[in-house]
Amino acid sequence: MWDYTPIVKDHFLNPRNVGDIPDADAVGEVGSLACGDALKLYLKLDENKDKIVDAKFQTFGCASAIASSSALTEMLKGKTLDEALSISNKEIAEFLGGLPEEKMHCSVMGQEALEVAIAKFRGEPIPIHDSEHDHGHAYPDFEGELVCKCFGLTDTFLKKVIETNKLTTAEQVTHFTKAGGGCGGCIPKIKELIAQVSGKTQEKPRKRPEKLSNMKKMQMIQEVLERDIRPLLWADGGDLELIDIDGSKVQVAFRKACAGCASSGNTARMVELKLRDLVAEDIVVEEVAA
Amino acid sequence: MKEIYLDNNATTKVDEAVFEEMRPYFCELYGNPSSMHFFGGQVQEKVVEARNCVANLLGAFPEEIIFTACGTESDNTAIRSALEVFPDRRHVITSRVEHPAVLTQCRNLAQKGYRVSEIGVDGEGRLNMEEYKAAVDNNTAIVSLMWANNETGVIFPIEEAAAIAKAKGALFHTDAVQAVGKIPINMATSDVDMLSISGHKLHAPKGIGVLYVRRGTPFRPFMVGGHQEKSRRAGTENTAAIIALGKACELAATHMEFENTQVKAMRDRLQNALMTSIPHARINGGLADRLPNTISIAFEFVEGESILMLLSELGICASSGSACTSGSLEPSHVLRAMGVPFTCAHGSVRFSLSRYTTNAEIDCVIREMPPIIERLRQMSPFGREFLKGKA
Repeated sequence: MWDYTPIVKDHFLNPRNVGDIPDADAVGEVGSLACGDALKLYLKLDENKDKIVDAKFQTFGCASAIASSSALTEMLKGKTLDEALSISNKEIAEFLGGLPEEKMHCSVMGQEALEVAIAKFRGEPIPIHDSEHDHGHAYPDFEGELVCKCFGLTDTFLKKVIETNKLTTAEQVTHFTKAGGGCGGCIPKIKELIAQVSGKTQEKPRKRPEKLSNMKKMQMIQEVLERDIRPLLWADGGDLELIDIDGSKVQVAFRKACAGCASSGNTARMVELKLRDLVAEDIVVEEVAA
Repeated sequence: MKEIYLDNNATTKVDEAVFEEMRPYFCELYGNPSSMHFFGGQVQEKVVEARNCVANLLGAFPEEIIFTACGTESDNTAIRSALEVFPDRRHVITSRVEHPAVLTQCRNLAQKGYRVSEIGVDGEGRLNMEEYKAAVDNNTAIVSLMWANNETGVIFPIEEAAAIAKAKGALFHTDAVQAVGKIPINMATSDVDMLSISGHKLHAPKGIGVLYVRRGTPFRPFMVGGHQEKSRRAGTENTAAIIALGKACELAATHMEFENTQVKAMRDRLQNALMTSIPHARINGGLADRLPNTISIAFEFVEGESILMLLSELGICASSGSACTSGSLEPSHVLRAMGVPFTCAHGSVRFSLSRYTTNAEIDCVIREMPPIIERLRQMSPFGREFLKGKA
């Protein structure tokens, strides 16, 4: 049985805002009967056509699809269209107290429907494409290159989800978007997209800050050790422990494979260079006995 | 909350009498049947008795019964064995609707260079016998076809299929996990060479299975390293579970008629009531010969997991062919092989009854199901279109 949070269960059993808005300003429809889930989202705007005053939905799908739709409509009310567009699928999932990874695509469906509704209202290109399934929901004008033919998903859309949710494997992309979960033919392309996105993230160089308070410096040292250095050591079966920080002097002890390793001096040097690079130029790393 | 358990094709309640039978073999009579002392010997006697009970239910000889850990182990063992005893035969036949315990193994074999034929089924889930007959040849090492389908309950003509395999010198294995105890099976008049049973599908505990291997059938063990089961399945016997399974088989024989009259009557009543009260529903495999306890019913415009969750809120336990329940994205391979439209496959629910099911429980499902489907259709864009059209 799925491990749904009490909030997911509540929004499934008592969904908010089910129905339609006959004079809706914006309507977004994604998914199909064939896909196994579908969402039709209605938005009513204020007289300036900017702020969402009402949102309703109809969903065909599993418990988490219904809960995600319900959550989304609650989140939308009172927001401007631009604010609404900044809602990510992650926030929908967080609103629900989290979703099982295999069900993340339900939150993505909410985000998709929202984007479609607003794009159609504004007369902009539709961000996703419902392809093969002839249920009258095909969008002729979609953005990007079609990657997953089974579920009608484009590279633009997939890259966005990969980036927002920091996805690293094709399996995760399938859990989040369904892409690759049908015939599986697009899995190589999905891997390419992941590489493109992660490559892009790495391109943004992290810069050493100009000035640091002692407190901030200590924080950053810890962050760099956790995020950049320890994972490297783990890869070789090693580890390190931060013993103390005194001004610019950082004391570390090497653990596991690194402890007593002949090249631990080199490792300490590597840590020092990294910290100098990312935190402050004057950092000195000292190795202390474990 | 008191459960209304209608998911007996997934697993069953251990019969109280079965539990009583196995209880002493944990803390008191825990001896190893292989031991030379009286303490192990008395357990050995009970294992012999249990083997006789299983054999009786199948119309088999006791030495044809090999105890395993589960139905999956039995399935894997049977297919691997056949390929080892016939190294020159490089062809395997199965069906598109098999349990993954067989299907995955066959697909792995296909990757290793074996030729694998997956025989199709018609819209009612019935085996395409013409396709099957044409597929069996002198290169076929083994045919593995399920006796009854776990999702739809559809029964395959196993005796006829086994005879066809025999004529070409191929071994015939059947996954009878869902059939044993529900419909009569008699190995004495059969051409089946190997047959798999799973204890927990017939009111014995989980973790015990049987592979029936006909006398004289060439066999290579999967588990080696011990003389147990005449060296056909090494490993210390799961004595308590074996003894439990023996009792469960004895009871199954006595309840068989009840399954095919009373249980079947409740199943039919449930089926007729749901088909009458809920529009746009269909029975998957409804026209085929089916197990007496199983009904797979598809509701259009709604999704299976949602139905199960709402049923579960009321204590009703069922199962689904929907993609969402398994975490996969495609609906059940069985329903797809039958050509059930996607629109229905996603909204399929399976109820599987047992001898413990009561008429009051069936009444409850008959009462609760229509509002659940109505509620979800009201919520579904497709359901609303349909309801609007109806108005």
